[in-house]
Amino acid sequence: MKAWLPSLLRLLLVVLLVAFVTNPGWFQPLLKPLTENGAPAIYNQGSLLTLTFLHLRTVLIATVAATIVAVALAILVTRPAGAEFLPLSRSLVNIGQTFPPVAVLALAVPAVGFGEKPTLIALFLYGLLPIFENALTGLTTLPANVMEAARGAGMTGWQRLTKVELPLSAPIILGGIRLSVVISLATATIGSTVAAKTLGEVIIAGLLSNNLAFVLQGGLIVAALAVLIYDGLSAIERYTARRMGQETA
Amino acid sequence: MTIRFDKLGVVIAAIAAYAALVAPFATFRANRIVPGEARSVLEALPTAVGPLLLAIVIVGALIALLKTPLVLRLAASVVALIALAILIGIAGSFLTPAGNTFARISPASGFWLLIFAFTLLLADVLTRLNLSPWARVGVLVVAALAIGLLLISGQWNSLSILKEYANRADSFWAEGSKHVTLALGSLAAAVIVGLPLGILCHRVEKLRAGVLNVLNIIQTIPSIALFGLLIAPLGWVAAHVPGAAALGIRGIGTAPAFVALFLYSLLPVVANTVVGLAGVPRAANDAARGMGMTDRQRLFGVEFPLAFPVILTGIRIVLVQNIGLATIAALIGGGGFGVFVFQGVGQTAMDLVLLGAVPTVALAFAAAIILDAVIEMTATKRRVETA
Repeated sequence: MKAWLPSLLRLLLVVLLVAFVTNPGWFQPLLKPLTENGAPAIYNQGSLLTLTFLHLRTVLIATVAATIVAVALAILVTRPAGAEFLPLSRSLVNIGQTFPPVAVLALAVPAVGFGEKPTLIALFLYGLLPIFENALTGLTTLPANVMEAARGAGMTGWQRLTKVELPLSAPIILGGIRLSVVISLATATIGSTVAAKTLGEVIIAGLLSNNLAFVLQGGLIVAALAVLIYDGLSAIERYTARRMGQETA
Repeated sequence: MTIRFDKLGVVIAAIAAYAALVAPFATFRANRIVPGEARSVLEALPTAVGPLLLAIVIVGALIALLKTPLVLRLAASVVALIALAILIGIAGSFLTPAGNTFARISPASGFWLLIFAFTLLLADVLTRLNLSPWARVGVLVVAALAIGLLLISGQWNSLSILKEYANRADSFWAEGSKHVTLALGSLAAAVIVGLPLGILCHRVEKLRAGVLNVLNIIQTIPSIALFGLLIAPLGWVAAHVPGAAALGIRGIGTAPAFVALFLYSLLPVVANTVVGLAGVPRAANDAARGMGMTDRQRLFGVEFPLAFPVILTGIRIVLVQNIGLATIAALIGGGGFGVFVFQGVGQTAMDLVLLGAVPTVALAFAAAIILDAVIEMTATKRRVETA
């Protein structure tokens, strides 16, 4: 494969995605064969652009919150003062992963009501796990000689954390954030079963009215977003890894 | 003598104190969908029993708070959990007015927080005990038996979730077996297809990036969309391929759910097979080649056994993920415990949601523990053999 081919494909995907959410009408002839009995081929109960924007906003809020909490927790359990919590936090993360998203979503409804909030809670909980796991890996597998040198240079615990440990584990932490964002982008669609405004609304409208065109456009927009964001974050990850002088896989 | 505090114990004691003294222990509802009224520990339990539970909680929290031997902490958490499990049933029958069949009693936040606090203590003790894989499975079996006994004894029958169950006993087991069939069946199909595909990707480097990219992209399609998208092609197959409809292949229902779960399962199986085979030490392969082993002998005699723990890790990811994802199958008529979850959301009957969610979580949890134990057993066996 030529080196420029992936970049070209990516650019093409961005153009298609932007064109679709801003001017879905252009694609009507393509989707029309998927509908029956003259049903509309393009989602007509709201603007795709607004839904895409709301979808991304939900994922962004949840991911930022999850990143802050997960990294703070990982820092806490890797300090001497919090070392007692390390084994337990590992098992809790393992247990947390066994909760299905639908169940978290449904159980959050009585506490916070329908809408965006239960979705944010579910996405936050799901986002925590990969970021925490990666932050933990990053902070516990730092090269011993580097840590020794930092200590020998007379750095305080705080200086070591902010100037050595966090920058060195940044690429791994970013990897966790990337995983978490991709999972959240797909999981956010399930939020529409409890009335959250996301692209899931389009898919569910399609499932309810037996309109395959709706299901396809909702699913494809989310998949395209996920592929692009995954690629973008991978690039940032490689860039930070290179700056940290680490080898890239 | 100086008193030393356990750091985790401070957290546990704080949660337990809040849960027992401030938060409601049970919720009383005049019927299944009206908003509930909170009942504290002392209001929810008969006169003598309420203070007893408070005493157990306080002693348990103190044992957690101070630096105490592991055995004592284990005993405290187990006693507290058993007391909570039995007493919530007593609260159920105590709060239900005599002869009233509409009133619903469900555990409230205080009860769940107490369970959480003492499960945390138990989990901490079990982690620190560093149990062998067999012992962990043993603990799981004992816990499952205890819960089974409580269910059979009818101790919990006055609770709302079991009233929901009593109304749907038949469909509960039917949906349950559908759920398990979906999760395990799609896993089996993914292993049958994924292992050879992984081996092929390992041997033929040109294929590897392509196959893994396609599988990666499938993972990004949201599950509800993938379920929906499979309706059309499977409907077409059912209508045009002779015999397909007789096999149960239809546009809606179990077939698209099965295929979607299968597609999601492929990536972890294939990727872990590739990683596992790539991790086989070169020396082992060279030695096998030097002994005159054929490619096939090398695959089954050397590479495959060495890669097995990594492949099993992929299977564990798939199984836990499938048990969770199978709940979404209910949206396209595929059945499973998700049926109760979505019905419950529709009727705003939270106990019905729990009836679907609790067994799903329990299944996923049990699957994770059992497979983790198996992975550890195969990995240590290998280490002993190579040492």
